[in-house]
Amino acid sequence: MSKDAILTAIRRGLKRGPLPADQRAMLDGRLATHPRHLIPARSRVPRPEQVALFIRNVEKEFGTVARVADATEIPAAIADYLAAQNLAPRFVLAPHPDLAALPWADRPLLEFEARRAEATDAVSVQHGFAAIAETGTLMLPSDAQRPTTLNILAETEIVVLRTSRIVGAYEEAWDTLRRERTDAVTGGFMPRNVMLVTGPSRSADIEQTLELGAHGPRRLHIVLVDDDPAAHGADDPAAPPAA
Amino acid sequence: MVQVTSPAFKQNAARALADTGLQKALGKAKGAFLQRRAEAVARLPEFEALRDIGRDIKNHTLANLDFYLETYAANVERAGGTVHWCSTADEARAAVLAICRRAGARTVTKGKSMISEEISINDHLETHGIEPVETDLGEYIIQLRREHPSHIIAPAFHLNREDWEADFRRMHTDLDPNRVFNERRDILAEARTKLRSRFLAADVGITGANFLIAETGSSVIVTNEGNGDLTQTLPRVHIALASIEKVVPTLEDATSLLRLLARSATGQDFSVYTTFSTGARRPTDLDGPEEYHVVLIDNGRSNMIGSEFQDMLRCIRCAACMNHCPVYGATGGHAYGWVYPGPMGSVLTPSLVGVDKAAHLPNASTFCGKCESVCPVKIPLPNLMRHWREREFERHLTPAAMRRGLGLWAWFAKRPQAYRLATRAAIGGLRLLGRGRGAFRSLPLAGGWTAGRDLPVPEGGTFMARYAQQQRKR
Repeated sequence: MSKDAILTAIRRGLKRGPLPADQRAMLDGRLATHPRHLIPARSRVPRPEQVALFIRNVEKEFGTVARVADATEIPAAIADYLAAQNLAPRFVLAPHPDLAALPWADRPLLEFEARRAEATDAVSVQHGFAAIAETGTLMLPSDAQRPTTLNILAETEIVVLRTSRIVGAYEEAWDTLRRERTDAVTGGFMPRNVMLVTGPSRSADIEQTLELGAHGPRRLHIVLVDDDPAAHGADDPAAPPAA
Repeated sequence: MVQVTSPAFKQNAARALADTGLQKALGKAKGAFLQRRAEAVARLPEFEALRDIGRDIKNHTLANLDFYLETYAANVERAGGTVHWCSTADEARAAVLAICRRAGARTVTKGKSMISEEISINDHLETHGIEPVETDLGEYIIQLRREHPSHIIAPAFHLNREDWEADFRRMHTDLDPNRVFNERRDILAEARTKLRSRFLAADVGITGANFLIAETGSSVIVTNEGNGDLTQTLPRVHIALASIEKVVPTLEDATSLLRLLARSATGQDFSVYTTFSTGARRPTDLDGPEEYHVVLIDNGRSNMIGSEFQDMLRCIRCAACMNHCPVYGATGGHAYGWVYPGPMGSVLTPSLVGVDKAAHLPNASTFCGKCESVCPVKIPLPNLMRHWREREFERHLTPAAMRRGLGLWAWFAKRPQAYRLATRAAIGGLRLLGRGRGAFRSLPLAGGWTAGRDLPVPEGGTFMARYAQQQRKR
């Protein structure tokens, strides 16, 4: 069988047989403890600066951010964004309990269905699991409450994110996933799919010149809910950080 | 496998240098990559330290490759996926075809994958009545033109905007022939519209993998367009093609390498979509493929383990080496004659297709060392090319005239007195010949040099003479 042939060839090259038990145990230990390597200093900053860094990086990558003080303001923020972009007030919503609980009745003109996305959906509203300040990246793991299709099929993706879910480095987001998720099939923490999303889709395949709007969303908008008192700066807690 | 035209590198290169369209495209594209990478590196003070870490992670993995591959495969299967171990390209093609047939596939969408080029999966599927559809923008036009990629991350590196417009008009015959492409984004928009229905109709999606993660059994793809995610999410079956050296131990290891990858490749801090796929759709999931297959391909790589070429298996396919290579910059990728161009290809191609066919490639280098200096995992590319040159010499693959020349040089090099005498005589002779002019336009026995550039007339004495003079002054 090819599996044996490949493993045998590798071991021949390494000039040894299968690893002895003690060495296997050492490598199993490395997998279990998954040690971190060097983490760049840029995200090792106090909370308010971390949030500001996240926003700055999202905007650098052509995403947009609207900050709201409270979750009850989310429907209005979404309605305002869609109106400003000249988009119909219609979207597919991630079937997440946090989103279902929002006061949508405040904005009766908004039409939505909570389900996976289809090709006909122009706008999706996704639930943000976590975000990484280091590069302005969203972490969007798939499950029944956060379908993957919402990240890729609509022309406009809106992600609702709480500031308390912003971490500095990718490694912290992985640890959040490890801590909070149990996969029903594997018993581990990895869901079927984890997308790390940094800005709207783009291509530089034509003359190596960047153009936005490839096959994924043309617009990526983040509605950031301030639920983290520690994320506020000392002088002006409500003010969005300068870009 | 893709037909190997590497033996014709010299003719390919001459043709490339005379191709004005290609030269225009190369001229435009080259600078952009260099500048963007330099800026991205400058924004991250830890970049140099991360290169050492990247090298060490890959070295650790390769030293325990059997263990990590077995762990990886066990975790894929725990998540409801299937791993198909394939020693050769033939086996990989058969595995992919069998999966497609079982799925009753008529069309297959594809994300960008160099290993799929290496095993020529498109031809194989077509021969058996299954239509492959490339969905990466660059790969899409390459498929329309029935060409091969000329660059490992920018397949259409050799094309100009005019080529895109002409090909789209030629191939998209259902659209208004008089439509206007004002901007590059009009071309992009047309491709988006055209491919949307293909994404939705495909029965199977095939992607490559930038990394495989042993800890979780995940395959990772990195894209900017989102085509890879549509390819691996919408069809009922997802096949990930990956070569054995893509595995790394943990998410933390992959994360450190990802910090290097986009910066070295496109000069982005991070690519738009970095996606980790682990097994098939879960019972409560609302979307995602019902079947998840990994076709794990060796195709010559296990032979590199333990050889002087093992370091090459660290490669994360960022393309920084070719972006910075003066030879690639002059000839483009097609001249190299197989799947992988540039310095990484000059080392990898002889390993995978045989040095007899690829003997020219390790010689297609000025040894300027730029490739090694930008490699995110510090592969000593010039050294590895030198090893290939040695093997060629040992196996008598080097042309006779060159062997004689090298023999002559070696005779003098081993006899310093004779060497100094000969260089003194040669310099004196050249100076005499070139009296009154600054440079030679042509010179007997040196046509290979003077055909492309002038040879300056020597000034002053030999190096050794000047060195001796300096020493005396001290």
